[in-house]
Amino acid sequence: MLPCVLRSARPAVQTLAFTRQTAQFRPQMASDRPVETTVRAKLTAALEPAHLEVINESHMHAVPPGSESHFRVVVVSSRFEGLSLLQRHRLVNETLREELSNSIHALAIQAKTPEQWENNPSLAKSPPCMGGSKHDNTVADKLKAGQH
Amino acid sequence: MNTLVRSAVRCLRVDNVCRTGRADGQVFTSARLLCAAAGQRDFAEMVKKDKVVVFMKGTPAQPMCGFSNAVVQILRMHGVDEYAAYNVLDDQDLRQGVKAFSNWPTIPQVFFNGEFVGGCDILLQMHQNGDLVEELRKLGIRSALLDAEKSK
Repeated sequence: MLPCVLRSARPAVQTLAFTRQTAQFRPQMASDRPVETTVRAKLTAALEPAHLEVINESHMHAVPPGSESHFRVVVVSSRFEGLSLLQRHRLVNETLREELSNSIHALAIQAKTPEQWENNPSLAKSPPCMGGSKHDNTVADKLKAGQH
Repeated sequence: MNTLVRSAVRCLRVDNVCRTGRADGQVFTSARLLCAAAGQRDFAEMVKKDKVVVFMKGTPAQPMCGFSNAVVQILRMHGVDEYAAYNVLDDQDLRQGVKAFSNWPTIPQVFFNGEFVGGCDILLQMHQNGDLVEELRKLGIRSALLDAEKSK
């Protein structure tokens, strides 16, 4: 487990490349991914990011295929200048308040200023799932909510 | 003293709180927890009782979530072995209550000296940029990593 935590400090270049490729060539429409689409739209409108990545990590967790329950976002915005980590994360949480209470079960956040991103443009890696969602009624509820 | 012991025994059977630390500390705090469980949870008190408080999925011995586990591992790396860990999977009121209390939508949640620090991402970044060592020092906890550095 420890190596996983430490590995996230190093750029996961291969993972990033693979994710980006599949994202580009996926034939699905945006309507197939309503939560992801909304997250992207809301973060763009609220934070005017220089760089934004919205990654659905649900497949890494104990939820059915096609779920939109677990996300990782990378938000690079000058709006974060002068804000502590906690303040930045709260800003992202506030922007996605509705999604977080209805559909999203887990949200991993990287919130950087453009300068910080330039110095270290790396996507952190989420730790391996330990199966919590399997025994979790609230996740099932959220997945149902997301299907509307 | 007898009532305290009896309360502790009752409380230890309720496995939603994992308390690390010495046995005498365990008895006293378990008794207090029993009183809290009877009525409304007093989160303000819960997060101030111990220097380091974690709301997580599972227990430090057996985390049920990768993000919660990451928090446990980071604390362990810094030699923080004495902290209060509350398992939200055992108690929906606890789970919803702490989210409302801290105005934070996800678990795990970490508190230092009663103050909300953040979740897994924030703790990890604090660990990576050295802030965690400093924050622990402010709590009067010497990070094990400092000793690891010295022995190099």
